[in-house]
This record gives sequence, structure tokens and C-alpha cells, in this order.
Amino acid sequence: MDGLDGDDSVRRGIIAAIPRLRAVAVSLTGSADRADDLVQETMLRAYANIDKFEPGSNLAAWLFTILRNQFRSEYRKRKREVEDVDGHHVDSLTASPEQMGKVEFNELRAALTLLPPEQREALVLVGASGFSYEEAADICGCAVGTIKSRLNRARARLSQLLSPSGPVTPEGPEPSQNSDNGETFATGDLEQRD
Amino acid sequence: MTKKAQTQTERAGAGRRRGSLAGVDRELQVRIGAQLRAMHDDIIHEGVPERFQELLAQLDRTKAKD
Repeated sequence: MDGLDGDDSVRRGIIAAIPRLRAVAVSLTGSADRADDLVQETMLRAYANIDKFEPGSNLAAWLFTILRNQFRSEYRKRKREVEDVDGHHVDSLTASPEQMGKVEFNELRAALTLLPPEQREALVLVGASGFSYEEAADICGCAVGTIKSRLNRARARLSQLLSPSGPVTPEGPEPSQNSDNGETFATGDLEQRD
Repeated sequence: MTKKAQTQTERAGAGRRRGSLAGVDRELQVRIGAQLRAMHDDIIHEGVPERFQELLAQLDRTKAKD
């Protein structure tokens, strides 16, 4: 049974990836419970499709692609449900301090949930989890340049939201959105990681 | 942040005449970046919760039956 050895190493890879999957999921969903549900769904899907994984290719990218696609489809579903309730998204209210660990991060978590999902995922994958632009583009199914511009918009918006003087225009047009080519904010801060 | 990078950012900001304080912006960006990673690492340090270990064991049992 040669195939089992290959599956076994993928299996070990999946287990090893759980902490990182959870960390990304928390920042994406803004809720510890939803994050763990997302990771569980990702694992079930990975296991069910384990034979589709090409040995030797990037396992992390494969797993995070599953996680990301799952997040997006849940997000769409959830958005519909929530909008049915009060016509506005209440994502940011789902995080409770006890569940989420350190209180100091609450403001950041809440701000993250205010970012559009495509900006959020670019920021979390590159800025927090240390994926390269290329890997993030691969995971999100878009061009590298798209990841860079989403990242810049995410950073600009986040610093607006978290600025000590308070958000300038919470839902209005972003001052730095006029350039979509990644020049507005110098890159290199958020992604510096070992 | 290096002094050179800061100067470049300030120059870039001034060049765009947005009237924003590029240095302050930059500082905030660095702080947000550090906080994002700290939050991320906090969760990574929780390891693999029991819920997932049980799930894995269950998946392995199912797989063994195949």
C-alpha cells in the first residue's frame, strides 16, 4: 500500500497546519467559534480530497485555498442572512472578549471585520501569516498586482480606522484609493517576517 | 524603520500633497503590522485544540474502514 505513505505525510502536514489555519481564520471571521468551524470544514474537505493533492506541491497553499474559498462562500451566505435581519452587516459584533483571548486585540479585530473580505484576506495572509505575494495570489486566485493593491487599501483603511484621532470617513471613499498600483503606501512593514 | 525609509515616505507623502502626516501614518502602520502578527502568533501558540485532535482521530478511523 504505497499510496498510504503519501497520504500519511499529507495527513501530518494537515495537522501541522492547524494552528496557522486557526490564526488566519480568526482574523478572517472575527470570531473564535466561527474560526474553528471554518478550520473544521477545511479539514473535512482536505481529507475528502486528499488524493487530489499533488505530492511535492505547496500543501499550505492548498489548505489555505480550501479555507479561503470556504470563508468566501460562508461570508456570502452570512451576509445574505444578516442583511435579511437588519439590512446591515453586524460581523464586528460577533467577537466576545472572553472567547477571543487578549482584550488588547479587540479593537484590531473589530476593525478587520470592517474591511471588505478581499482586502481582509490579503492583509491576513501576507501581513499576519507571512505568505509571499505570489502564494497569496495563488490562494486567492488573482494576480500578484491585485494582492498588492488590496493590501495597500487594507492598510490605508485600517490605519484610518485605528488612527488615534478616530476614523475619518468610516464608510466614505478612501483618500488613498485613487492609486491602485500599490504605490500609495510603502510596502515592507507588514510583511516583514521570519 | 530606517531613517532612510522614513525620509522617503515623508517625501512621497509631501509629493502627493495630501496634507497628511506621513511620519505618523507610517508609525501607525508599523504598529498595526506588529499587532496583527502578535494576534496571529497568540493563536498559533494555542497549538491544536482537543476538538481537532478528536476530529482527526475520527477521520482516521473512517479512513481505516475504507
